[in-house]
Amino acid sequence: TGSLQNFLNHQKPNPRPQPQSRNLFFPSHPLYFQRTATLSLTPFPLLFSSSTLTLSTYFPLTPSLRSPSPQRVSRDPRRGPMTESPSSEPEPPSPKPRAAAGNGMRLVVPLQGVVQGRGGLILGSLIPCALFYFLQLYLKRHRSPKPPASSSNPPSPSSSSPNLGDLARTSSRSNLLGRGSIVPVRLSSRGMAIAKPNDSPYYVGLDKVAGDPFHRVDNPEGIIQLGLSENTLCFDLIERWMKENLMDSLMGGDGAELSINGMATYQPFDGLMELKVAMADFMSRVMGKGVSFDPSQMVLMAGATPAIEILTFCLADHGNAFLIPTPYYPGFDRDIKFRTGVELIPVHCRSTDNFMLTVTALDQAYNQARKRGLKVRGILFSNPSNPVGNILSRETLYELLDFAQEKNIHIISDEIFAGSLYGTAEEFVSVAEIIEGEEFDKSRVHIIYGLSKDLSLPGFRVGVVYSYNENVLAAAKRLTRFSSISAPTQRLLISMLSDAKFIEEYIETNRKRIRRMYDLFVGGLDQLGIRCAKSSGGLYCWADMSILIALYSEKGELELWDKLLNVGKVNVTPGSACHCIEPGWFRCCFTALAEEDVPLVMERIGKVAEMCKSGH
Amino acid sequence: MAIELEQQPKPAAVALSRIAVSETHGEDSPYFAGWKAYDENPYDELTNPSGVIQMGLAENQVSFDLLEDFLERHSEAATWGKGATAGFRDNALFQDYHGLKSFRGAMASFMEQIRGGRARFDPDRVVLTAGATAANELLTFILANPGDALLIPTPYYPGFDRDLRWRTGVQIVPIHCHSSNNFQITESALHAAYDDAVSRGLTVRGVLITNPSNPLGATVQRAALEQILDFAVEKNIHLVSDEIYSGSTFSSAEFVSIAEVLESRGSRHVDRERVHIVYSLSKDLGLPGFRVGTIYSYNDAVVTTARRMSSFTLISSQTQHLLACMLSDEEFTANYVKTNRERLRRRYDVIIAGLRRAGIECLRGNAGLFCWMNLGPLLKESTKEGELALWNLIVRDVRLNISPGSSCHCSEPGWFRVCFANMSEATLDVALDRLHRFVDQYRRTGSS
Repeated sequence: TGSLQNFLNHQKPNPRPQPQSRNLFFPSHPLYFQRTATLSLTPFPLLFSSSTLTLSTYFPLTPSLRSPSPQRVSRDPRRGPMTESPSSEPEPPSPKPRAAAGNGMRLVVPLQGVVQGRGGLILGSLIPCALFYFLQLYLKRHRSPKPPASSSNPPSPSSSSPNLGDLARTSSRSNLLGRGSIVPVRLSSRGMAIAKPNDSPYYVGLDKVAGDPFHRVDNPEGIIQLGLSENTLCFDLIERWMKENLMDSLMGGDGAELSINGMATYQPFDGLMELKVAMADFMSRVMGKGVSFDPSQMVLMAGATPAIEILTFCLADHGNAFLIPTPYYPGFDRDIKFRTGVELIPVHCRSTDNFMLTVTALDQAYNQARKRGLKVRGILFSNPSNPVGNILSRETLYELLDFAQEKNIHIISDEIFAGSLYGTAEEFVSVAEIIEGEEFDKSRVHIIYGLSKDLSLPGFRVGVVYSYNENVLAAAKRLTRFSSISAPTQRLLISMLSDAKFIEEYIETNRKRIRRMYDLFVGGLDQLGIRCAKSSGGLYCWADMSILIALYSEKGELELWDKLLNVGKVNVTPGSACHCIEPGWFRCCFTALAEEDVPLVMERIGKVAEMCKSGH
Repeated sequence: MAIELEQQPKPAAVALSRIAVSETHGEDSPYFAGWKAYDENPYDELTNPSGVIQMGLAENQVSFDLLEDFLERHSEAATWGKGATAGFRDNALFQDYHGLKSFRGAMASFMEQIRGGRARFDPDRVVLTAGATAANELLTFILANPGDALLIPTPYYPGFDRDLRWRTGVQIVPIHCHSSNNFQITESALHAAYDDAVSRGLTVRGVLITNPSNPLGATVQRAALEQILDFAVEKNIHLVSDEIYSGSTFSSAEFVSIAEVLESRGSRHVDRERVHIVYSLSKDLGLPGFRVGTIYSYNDAVVTTARRMSSFTLISSQTQHLLACMLSDEEFTANYVKTNRERLRRRYDVIIAGLRRAGIECLRGNAGLFCWMNLGPLLKESTKEGELALWNLIVRDVRLNISPGSSCHCSEPGWFRVCFANMSEATLDVALDRLHRFVDQYRRTGSS
């Protein structure tokens, strides 16, 4: 099955016309993509169980197999995709095992044409059977390690229904059909993958809050947002700065001549040099220890989201993979995978290690990925970790670097929470500090940073790729043309970041206030009997609510999440959305709360906890 | 293949993606030599009067004074409104990819205003992106799979080769247009391009036009638009109309938006579902540094998808706020659009007259920040090489950076795009004067 494996994992663009790209209803697992499109041997192309689906991917290899239904693979441009619309209507989502059987039968006939002469019928029947057998075997071997990673993939028919039944779940992925668009003109497969409703509880929760947000006065019964890691604790400081400096920063100071010229015209796409200098300085302050950052190794773009995507585009090809410790930020599944076609291979971390990354787990995941035929191009981790909030130790960082060096792969360190530290026990160490002065090949190291968290300015869309690899920098600079920061915003930030006194005060006050909220919030949970993982940074805590779940499973966890959201009116992020391997953990962001609302949050969570304990 | 070879000599180096090492960014093409020449030796009236004049950059600086005047009178736009702090609080945190409602509304009405109210735009269909570059790429991601093709009439904006192909893996198949009918798109050219793509085994997913055309500086006629739309319906493919120069048409009446064609056809679903408009404030408002682009799609699924994908290319809330203030001031926008059109026309008249004095003809234009200049009669040989040889002389000796037609995939050699709005009128005069002298001497001696 070597060549088959190759074929399955090789996601080269298919140059043939694909009249049935409607397989968009399927999960966005790359194996399913496009290959099924040409399947035309069955009246139920959209309803296969996952095994037959993959079988169908083999068909294009054998041209003669396509012949039985020339009307579907017609090259006649005039027919166009319109001819397919009847078969692409969404069908009732019931699994049809007979489709598989029918499929096998249909294989026999064309294969007889391939296997000529006596015994053709026997061979013709044997070959598909054998093929089918090997595929089952292949699937069994290669698909089992994946489930946690795919839980955010399946389409769900509803984006905001409170019913758990609508929530995507690992096991139910293959028999769910998305809602096909009724328009006959087609979108691309990748477009449709994004058009599907947001099915991850992370997004479902966010949508739900958007529809009914808590407000102490205007909507006291609304949902309290603990699902979005934003920080409003130091807005007063920024507001004050804006009030005092805004006009000057924008217009060139002292109310002098308005200088629209330095903003209106084309500016370097990868950011103004002055902002890079200011940013390098800010990063040094935040990351501490006199780590210095070189502005020329910096590429700026409109947020950390494009930063990580652009970096992924630079480091990995479609079908390659990154290793990523779980639990991880739910947005990565969209931000990294959707357009690049790069896969994320979970490296499972466990509560017994306080969710710390171990090289053993890393090695295991690497080998498994290799077994699946995936090319691993790098390790991506967040430090401080999102969602746990723990910090990688110096030793672990050394081990990670050694591992990357040994495998000759990249290291992507997402340090966007580096300035949002509140712990005292652990110290944060940037990977930049580790590689300084050590014998590491720096060209494999890349850092992601941004101002959305540490300066609480997500609306300003400022992200950073900091790389030690010249070619990555060159490519990333060019790619920023698709995601530049507006010049007036850059001007404003140059002034703000260059105001050393303000920045110092901000960083210090911010840490104190996060710490205070952390103590209040985690203390509140503690009183409810809910413990949190040990953490030192970030705008959230990682709470263990497994004592509240009836079933120790993803289902049990999501039931609790549903109760918290719909009964307790509190939106938290369930661990399964972060691909956590242990059920019952939840990320709770507390930095967008007002202090006086903490008791209310606790009251609401407490109410749900009581319900759970009393068995309701 | 070339990529594999490049990486082999250094097996120890950690590998990068094909995209990272691809040449699709096109910045190593001879065309960029012109930009380099300018960067190394930029003209300045006082400090470097013999430097290279940049005529390869479609930037509009003729109406800056109007923008500055607005900001002077409306400091609340640049700050966060009169109350300052409340506005800031809402804005700094604002990261919703729908964009500020006020800004989308202002954008929709600005687009209506530019079309003389002959088309209506629904703010809920406006998707914001950080520039038209991102908008075009985003649409390509959504409409086509890797390996699929878009048809684009030639000559086309050289950046498309990079913007539409690089990360998306989509191919461009040219629709060849000719000077004999002023480079207008014909039905037979559309069919020829489509058949060409199909014969190469490509799936055609759409037609992309620029209207007004970059680099032609001319609008697309209504009849041609009707034909293109019919063609798209017939083939059941998409139609992307990039209208970023719509407000830079010298007279509002000369521009017909695809939106107007849709409305005149009674907004039939079969037409609407495939039409997507790209717009930006870089050209018409002269604010490329603000990185503001939009996709306006009549297709619901495209709107939804584009919105989600726009999280990779959002506009800062501060910029949205500032522009929302500016664009909702209808008195300002009305005056701006009118004055800007007049000034561009005047510039255009100056350059056409100047070139004519040098014996150079241009395609009759009515829009944009450039003209499409015909130096065909000066070519030693009527080939791409001949064109680039002449262009080299112009960059090196005349020290004007203009864009050769071959970089725009023009099927006829000898055409050049010359930008005229990114400089003062005095600089334009210097450029025209240099070109005049060059052409005179070239005609006399056969060289410079």
